[in-house]
Amino acid sequence: MTQTSLRAWLLTDAPQSRRQATAAAWYSGWLKLRGNTLAMLGLIVLVVVILAALCAPLLATQSPFAQDLGARLLAPGEQGHVFGTDSLGRDIWSRLVYGARISLYIVALVAVVAPLLGLIIGTVAGYAGGVLDVVLMRFTDIFLAFPRLILALAFVAALGAGIENAVLAISLTAWPPYARIARAETLTIRNSDFIHAIKLQGAGPIRIIMRHVWPLCISSLVIRVTLDMAGIILTAAGLGFLGLGAQPPSPEWGAMVSEGRKYILDYWWVATIPGLAIFTISLAFNLLGDGLRDVLDPKEAGK
Amino acid sequence: MSQDNAPAPYARRSRFAPRWPRKLLGTLLTIAVTLLGLLFVTFMIGRVIPIDPVLAVIGERATQAQYDAVFLELGLDKPLLQQFLIYVNDVLHGDFGRSIRTGQLVSEDIKRVFPATLELATLGTLIGVFIGVPLGVLAAVYRDSWIDQLARLVGLVGYSMPIFWMGLVGLLVFYGILGWVEGPGRLGVFYQGIVPERTGLLLVDALIAGDWTVFKDAFSHIVLPASLLGYFSLAYISRMTRSFMLEQLSAEYITTARVKGLSEWDVVWRHAFRNIRIQLVTVIALAYANLLEGSVLTEIIFAWPGIGQYITTSLLANDMNSVLGGTVVIGSIFVGLNIFSDLLYRFFDPRAK
Repeated sequence: MTQTSLRAWLLTDAPQSRRQATAAAWYSGWLKLRGNTLAMLGLIVLVVVILAALCAPLLATQSPFAQDLGARLLAPGEQGHVFGTDSLGRDIWSRLVYGARISLYIVALVAVVAPLLGLIIGTVAGYAGGVLDVVLMRFTDIFLAFPRLILALAFVAALGAGIENAVLAISLTAWPPYARIARAETLTIRNSDFIHAIKLQGAGPIRIIMRHVWPLCISSLVIRVTLDMAGIILTAAGLGFLGLGAQPPSPEWGAMVSEGRKYILDYWWVATIPGLAIFTISLAFNLLGDGLRDVLDPKEAGK
Repeated sequence: MSQDNAPAPYARRSRFAPRWPRKLLGTLLTIAVTLLGLLFVTFMIGRVIPIDPVLAVIGERATQAQYDAVFLELGLDKPLLQQFLIYVNDVLHGDFGRSIRTGQLVSEDIKRVFPATLELATLGTLIGVFIGVPLGVLAAVYRDSWIDQLARLVGLVGYSMPIFWMGLVGLLVFYGILGWVEGPGRLGVFYQGIVPERTGLLLVDALIAGDWTVFKDAFSHIVLPASLLGYFSLAYISRMTRSFMLEQLSAEYITTARVKGLSEWDVVWRHAFRNIRIQLVTVIALAYANLLEGSVLTEIIFAWPGIGQYITTSLLANDMNSVLGGTVVIGSIFVGLNIFSDLLYRFFDPRAK
């Protein structure tokens, strides 16, 4: 198939098959997203960061853990250290590149765990209704009422510091909004004709929820997740900064800022550069999230 | 739920019969359940932690007899439910136990550190409101102009910036390089303990005592962290204000007002803005609640002796009574402000009915 005919196939007004219709919907969404310069900028930055994380061993000039006390606190550019060295003489650039893996790992895990938890609780509450709905939603409201960072702090205190526990703590604080969204979507779906039709065919509640309700909730959850990514990164970095996330000598960006804090007045780059990395990646997620929302949910656009 | 199939009971209701007692009862119930849930969560956290509460009190080298005595004293032999009820009872009486780190009652500790947080968050919110609201209104009125882009940029940066990093950079620039403000802490060493403590809010205390040097020093310390928090609430407040205003400005009554020949100032401030006031207050209440919480990282950066720093230091010292006490206090304030804004909305906005 040539390029033009592929394009024509994707842009057709009368799709011949279900597959073509789906592909066409994706393509037109992509075209819309491509028109949004800022969103594309965010996407490009993220792709670069992901590539950097994947190719960390190739990009890093030395091991992120290699200490050299003779070359500590070197300014950016000195002795071939692009971003200088920290208080133990470790190369900041190499640590940044490896740190991207940790940040992306945390975001990816939270972005799977929290929406899934919210999806299950929200759809069950919305579909079952009655007492179960009231109980589950009250439970959700209690979690929603908690200040997030403080709750995450308390959870980390209970579970012990570390990346996995930070992920768990952030997920435990992040799921309530997803449950709310999933429930609202379920309430609009549950009395529609196609659900009644499936019920008449003998489908049980679990099958209905998993096969017919979930797919319709996904798109609103995806928008919300992309918009929340930046928040997840900032919370994870905050926990790392407080010494409750990834433990030293792990090159987590928040922990790197924390290490550089002592030297901020004399050796500004040690704390400033990892902070810039956090800012860049969360800004990229925000830009992409805004763009995706405009594409996937035109109702909310411009708000 | 059950109201769905009941015959409409309000149809012939006298229009003077108030509906609010029922609503009030419902709200009170919600508050009680939410607070109870909050206590339950902190209680469970306190129970599942891998720290032995007995050993935390008596230390590692105590005898078995001492261990058993404290075990009984802390009520750990009782069933979990009973322990929880005792805990709720204690908290309702303002008793969060004793802090292992400071040796004081947690409630006393919190009373001591809370004013610092309150002062910081209040000043931050004031900054956020006085800049954020006009910025949001202007962004909506001059949609897509440079001021709208500016508001968007401010919001975007505010949502993406790690607050602890911005605090560090702020310290580096305004304290380290420019020397415009004082460094970390609430007050310079020379000014400690000069003004008698009345409210615990240093700025207010200094004003009451009429001591301008102390006031100036305290202000010079607070202005950077408060601006930082103010920036983050500004980002949120201006974004919400803009969206509320856009909704109003596209309404038909605004066109009517314009056709009548009202000045643009009157249209914007006397008509549109008037209608978003309640929504705005709820947003500001939420922003305030967020600042009380969000000040954790800021307090660490600026060595600000507030509740956020108290919780974090206690956490690192495995002092769970203090951590949970602080969490309950902040959580309750959070819940309180949330419910306050919700109530405000429900009672004063006729459209919410």
